[in-house]
Amino acid sequence: MGTSLRFRPDWLIEGLSLFRYLLLFLTLSWSGGFPPVLGEEQPVPAPSPEIAQEIAALASQDEAAVSAAVMALGKRNDPQLLPLFVALREGGLYVWAPAGGVPRVVLGGEVISQGDTKRVPLWSAYGKQPLLDANGQAVVVPLEELTEIQANRNLRKVLKPLIDDLTNRLSLFSPDSSTRRASAIKLGQAGDPAALPLLTEALAAEPERWNRYAIEAAIQLLKLADADPAVRRAAVLRLGELHVEQALPALQNLRDTAPNAPGGEPDKTVREAARTAIQRIERWGLFVQFVETLFRALSLSSILLLMALGLAIIFGLMGVINMAHGELMMLGAYAAFVMQQGFMASLPPGLFDYYFLLALPFSFLVAGGMGLLLERCLVRFLYGRPLETLLATWGVSLILQQAVRQIFGAANVSVVSPPWLSGGVQVLVGVYLPYNRLFIMGLAAGCVLGTYLVLFRSEMGLKIRAVMQNRAMSSCLGIAAGKVDAWTFAFGAGMAGLAGCALSQIGNVGPDLGQTYIVDSFMVVVTGGVGKLIGSITAALGIGGLNKFLEPSLGAVFSKVVLLVLVILFLQARPSGLFTLRGRGVDS
Amino acid sequence: MPFIIGYLMNTLYTSTSLRTWLPFMAVALFLVVALPLLNVLPAEGAWYHVSNFSLNLFGKFLAYAILALGLDLIWGYTGILSLGHGVFFGLGAYCMGMHLALSIGTEGVYRSSLPDFMVWNRVTELPLFWKPFYSFGFTVLAIFLVPMLFATVFGFLAFRSRIRGVYFSIITQALALSMWLMFNRNSLNLGGTNGLTDFKTLLGFSLQDPGTKRGLYVITALCFLGAYLLCRRITRSRLGRMLVALRDGENRVRFLGYSPAEFKLFVFVLSAGLAGLAGALYVPQVGIITPGTIGVLPSIEMAIWVAVGGRGTLIGAALGAVGVNWARSFLTTQYPDLWLYFLGGLFIAVVLLFPDGIVGTLQRMRRNYYPPHRRSEGKQPVLVSG
Repeated sequence: MGTSLRFRPDWLIEGLSLFRYLLLFLTLSWSGGFPPVLGEEQPVPAPSPEIAQEIAALASQDEAAVSAAVMALGKRNDPQLLPLFVALREGGLYVWAPAGGVPRVVLGGEVISQGDTKRVPLWSAYGKQPLLDANGQAVVVPLEELTEIQANRNLRKVLKPLIDDLTNRLSLFSPDSSTRRASAIKLGQAGDPAALPLLTEALAAEPERWNRYAIEAAIQLLKLADADPAVRRAAVLRLGELHVEQALPALQNLRDTAPNAPGGEPDKTVREAARTAIQRIERWGLFVQFVETLFRALSLSSILLLMALGLAIIFGLMGVINMAHGELMMLGAYAAFVMQQGFMASLPPGLFDYYFLLALPFSFLVAGGMGLLLERCLVRFLYGRPLETLLATWGVSLILQQAVRQIFGAANVSVVSPPWLSGGVQVLVGVYLPYNRLFIMGLAAGCVLGTYLVLFRSEMGLKIRAVMQNRAMSSCLGIAAGKVDAWTFAFGAGMAGLAGCALSQIGNVGPDLGQTYIVDSFMVVVTGGVGKLIGSITAALGIGGLNKFLEPSLGAVFSKVVLLVLVILFLQARPSGLFTLRGRGVDS
Repeated sequence: MPFIIGYLMNTLYTSTSLRTWLPFMAVALFLVVALPLLNVLPAEGAWYHVSNFSLNLFGKFLAYAILALGLDLIWGYTGILSLGHGVFFGLGAYCMGMHLALSIGTEGVYRSSLPDFMVWNRVTELPLFWKPFYSFGFTVLAIFLVPMLFATVFGFLAFRSRIRGVYFSIITQALALSMWLMFNRNSLNLGGTNGLTDFKTLLGFSLQDPGTKRGLYVITALCFLGAYLLCRRITRSRLGRMLVALRDGENRVRFLGYSPAEFKLFVFVLSAGLAGLAGALYVPQVGIITPGTIGVLPSIEMAIWVAVGGRGTLIGAALGAVGVNWARSFLTTQYPDLWLYFLGGLFIAVVLLFPDGIVGTLQRMRRNYYPPHRRSEGKQPVLVSG
């Protein structure tokens, strides 16, 4: 095509083609990246004239007028009045008479002692907003200018239900979804039927499915105490339909206590309904357990797959046992930490949540670079001697561990999950899927797909496979076998870094991160057989699944031990693993 | 009488010549006689006085050397790299530890006939598998039998299906990991993470008394010499040749009609027995046994002792064990941060720069300096078993 192509170096061409797929591969792995949504604070509206009048009435000396004002305010059901009521009941509500100004009702904060004078910061009575003077500074006045408004005992008794109602209202109608759900659950457990109308009102206004579920469960729980047996029966049956597990103790109580005993249920139909409802809830509980175990198994399998993929590439394609694989994962996790610290230190806080998007390729590059260095300086001299590479790479792992311990400290470091990875989605009653594990599953799938593309659809991958199958002949055909080895090792190491970055979201990040996972990764590779990707995938699914399905009955430690024993026994039947490349040579 | 001694020497060493026996006797005298005397006789401050602490430490090193001999037998001579020998070491150590723990009697912190950790784990009765360890005779048998039985089962399963090379090493790692996980559990009634410790007496002798420690050292040295002679006998025999053949070309051995699995199993079990013995000698001298010695990291370190000293040579293995552990004692007390760098660097250096180990390299240099064709005719050709 011309001189320009002739003088372009080989590594650039290979690098570009690889880069194309690397880019695609990295984009695929960012499967969980959607930007965070930042919440906004709503400003507090000004009080209506009637409310302002009633607040002003609180300053009067006449107790009857104060009570009437409190009643009137209470009827308004306005959550902005909550601080006012709390202050009236417990102290902190004052009449402020500034010099040359109109006396007004205000809320006072903590008393600040400055030498001999005591000063108090002020807030507005409606909505507890800090009062600002003409310059926009917070108003702080001496204690002497304030007169406290005290509530007598009767008023305090009246105030308590108002405060409770407003608190519940505030949380049931809060803009935050989890607050709404938590308060609904709390009201259901508290068992106070007075909350029923409020809950019914909340149910009508609730947009989210699972909050509606929680509110309805709370309503039915409260209806269990109703006088009418038909209502109780309906509540019991509905609780069974909704599979409300929190209702089990109450329902079992209904079913088991004798009709004449205190707390017992006199009506037979209600007891029958309780029996049916309990059966339904328990069956659902078994189903949920199964689904959860399945999810946990898939999650563990995806983690194992991420860890073992890099190892399988290196071991399978090059016959090199890399005991430093765990430490490369640790480097990836620490790279994420470094990225996080960098974002915190030098970029505005609003951008912090995006650090993880950059941390993924950064981990890949850091670990890949380390792998390249390892290969060029150490592993290159040890081809064909797997036991020696095992020992040498173990030495490297010790050095890396100690180095990280000296640079970052021996304690675990905290890697913060970005908000769009925290939390999860509730799919069924009782089945809650965390986002970070879903992300890891997506990442694992993306990595497998990316590896497949790189190995089978790119020029570099073709060379890798050629060198793996017949090194000498590939060399004769002009492929630089040494360079291919280096890039393969770097790619496998980069995968380890990605795995480490993903692991930083779900586990502890410390210098021993590698040790925890290295034996598991090797188990997967050894069981799956070397030379084929499908082997690692199957082995990861199998080992992860077995581990998690054995865990409920045997406990975490024994299930792991049993698994290791099973792997050893499995290797009796198939010593080279599940899927092997059949060669014609007999290894001596 | 001289005839019997000669016969023994010949059986043990396949030779009665002074040239082969002199270095061995010299080392034996030094270890068994000279060092303890240097501990007892000279005054405290003299430079040639061997302190109690040093003697104890050296006893520990000799116990490790026994382990290294066994490991060298399977790795240096047979080519099986086992990264889980900590398991067998630990099994022997725990057997002895159990006996020592029971020997405390009611002198423990809780003044109960049960070991302390059982009291605070609210175990009311001694578990069944502890009961035989009251007897010292049974303990001595158990030190050998328990690791060897374990090795028989594991080795049989592994070698029968021809698991070789790197796969075998990884499986032994998995074994070490699973044993470590299990021994960390309190429910196993073996002390959990804290292990067995706080031993007071062995066979009536107090373990704190310097005389007992000296005695233990002498016993360890004697066991080490005995193990060395045993391994030497094996490697110089036809069995030794078979092992080397297995290392260098297992398939050919199979094609020649032998069953490699049997030989491998034999050496594997033997090395496990040696490891158990080493563990049992280690425990009374160090005073504690925890699951930490069973784990993955200590087991891999054992391989590096053998590699540093010299893989196909017995002396090298012993020297490597003593040397690396001495370096470890020194570095972890003086420069603790450097120890892991040193160990990691040692791994890399041994593999890259001197794969034959120190003694192996020296032997090779000597062979190069005196190549076979320069020797006079009539002598036997040298068995090149590097």
